[in-house]
Amino acid sequence: MRSSWAGATMRGCFCVTESLRKSTPAARLNRYLVGGPPFLFLLLFFVVPGFIMVLASFRYPGEFGGLAPLSAADPNILQGLTLETYRFFFSDPIYSQVFVKSIFMALATTLICLTMAYPLALLIARSPKKSRDLMVLLVILPFASNFLIRVYAWMIVLGPQSALSQLVNGLLQGLGMEPVRLLFSPFAVLVAMVYVHLPFMVLPLYTNLEKHDPALLDAAQDLGASAWQRFWRVTFPLSLPGIFSGSALVFIPVLGMFAVPDILGGTGDMLIGNLIKEQFLGTRDWPFGSTLSIMLTIAVLLIAWFAAKLAGRRGSYA
Amino acid sequence: MRRGMGLWAAALAVYAFLYVPLAIVVAYSFNDSRLNAEWVGFTWHWYDVLLHDEAMLAAAGNSLLIALISSLVATVLGTMAGIAIHRYNLKSLTFMVLTPVAMPEILLGVSLLLFFIQVLNLTLGMLSIVLAHITFSIGFVAVIVRARLAGMDESIFEAARDLGASPWETFRYITFPLILPGVVAGWLMAFTLSIDDFVITFFTAGVGVSTLPLHIYSMIKIAVTPEVNAVSTLLMLLTLTMIVLAARFAPDALKGKV
Repeated sequence: MRSSWAGATMRGCFCVTESLRKSTPAARLNRYLVGGPPFLFLLLFFVVPGFIMVLASFRYPGEFGGLAPLSAADPNILQGLTLETYRFFFSDPIYSQVFVKSIFMALATTLICLTMAYPLALLIARSPKKSRDLMVLLVILPFASNFLIRVYAWMIVLGPQSALSQLVNGLLQGLGMEPVRLLFSPFAVLVAMVYVHLPFMVLPLYTNLEKHDPALLDAAQDLGASAWQRFWRVTFPLSLPGIFSGSALVFIPVLGMFAVPDILGGTGDMLIGNLIKEQFLGTRDWPFGSTLSIMLTIAVLLIAWFAAKLAGRRGSYA
Repeated sequence: MRRGMGLWAAALAVYAFLYVPLAIVVAYSFNDSRLNAEWVGFTWHWYDVLLHDEAMLAAAGNSLLIALISSLVATVLGTMAGIAIHRYNLKSLTFMVLTPVAMPEILLGVSLLLFFIQVLNLTLGMLSIVLAHITFSIGFVAVIVRARLAGMDESIFEAARDLGASPWETFRYITFPLILPGVVAGWLMAFTLSIDDFVITFFTAGVGVSTLPLHIYSMIKIAVTPEVNAVSTLLMLLTLTMIVLAARFAPDALKGKV
């Protein structure tokens, strides 16, 4: 009774608001006054630079780095444009290889994050309400310390004189194998990638798992499902939207990361991000750097679209 | 029961993974040795070195100034964006606010570098860093403010209108006091993001100006001394304080962070 009354009032208000929003000139003015400034700022400093980058990828590099000068008054403006950088990208397999390597790194990071985050998120979701907030805060807390510090911490943990290095190499020696270098290796890059992105997986998973109705598990148990069946056939399918959004939140930043390989990787551990940084700040071939950035953007958009589609489809019947 | 134990063991292992590396950084900041290898003895030496490191202090000053200015501007613009998105359902603004948050940072960094140099002909420095920081902070503020608005009963705004309040009065006396915790949380968030940012600053800083993360980066790349541990420990303390403040003003903001 009460809910239908509230519903009717809400609908009533909604109509009033709608009419206020749409019809009067004053309402339209407010809309521009409130939305206009952030819109203009982001248009200038986000949308326009994006278009400049697309344009730059079709340009020739300048003699001293940067871009070749292009006069806006030139009637034959198309002469300054070229597909050269894209041809270059596809002609040398080394660039596609870096992309493939980055995708594998992102995939590995995502899978390890998922494996580590799932039990933790499940435990938090099934803990008493009172302790949940604290347990979540404990996941966020290290994540709030500076990004570089979190990467730097692994320089110490994996360093040649560290306890971990000595333990690993002691074991390897005992087995009669060559000692390994933990720091400046793909292993170090992977560990730090997982470390830096783990909370991005825990939080969406927890948010999803927390909403599950415990009665479902009771019902499954009453119907004779074992603990494993209850997890695999009830909890896991219901958590798929959380898995997909967490995976996107990990996969996408890892794909564009340059600082972690830069600090913890060896010379061979370059990812897309390092390649882009090198073009912009090292060799100063800005058109090619822009092309690489566009390729990265396309990859990111494809993945985000894919994740959203999966999450939406699973979410609808879950 | 056995399953519960397994979950606890796994969770404790993950917590250890999260905290042990940072604990080591903090511990070695008090270690009386140049090498981050083994514990020798307690010292305040590295904090002393830090306090007399002119370049580090200058970088810290730059970081504070940049964070202060960019977070204030981003809070104003982000709050406006949050209100506009909530109230007028503007699709294009939503897209422009959320995309910079979701994209790899390097893309924003290089596109702004291109834009500043190629189009604005701007010498990279404080101004370019501040503009870049505002750009990526707006979205975070907008998301927090919008979340705050979404939980509210729309009818109170209608009531204010019915009672003859002008749109400005409605904002000043009704909307603003109600969203203030969200605005403060958004400001703290923008401030922390700016102080912490490395990637976007790296591309938009040029050669003249250094910030704390840029300075730490060059120290890590060139010569690691326990001074890095000392500055890391102090920075962790700072962020911890910010989190406690944010938790006081808007407990929900901590969840809205991701």
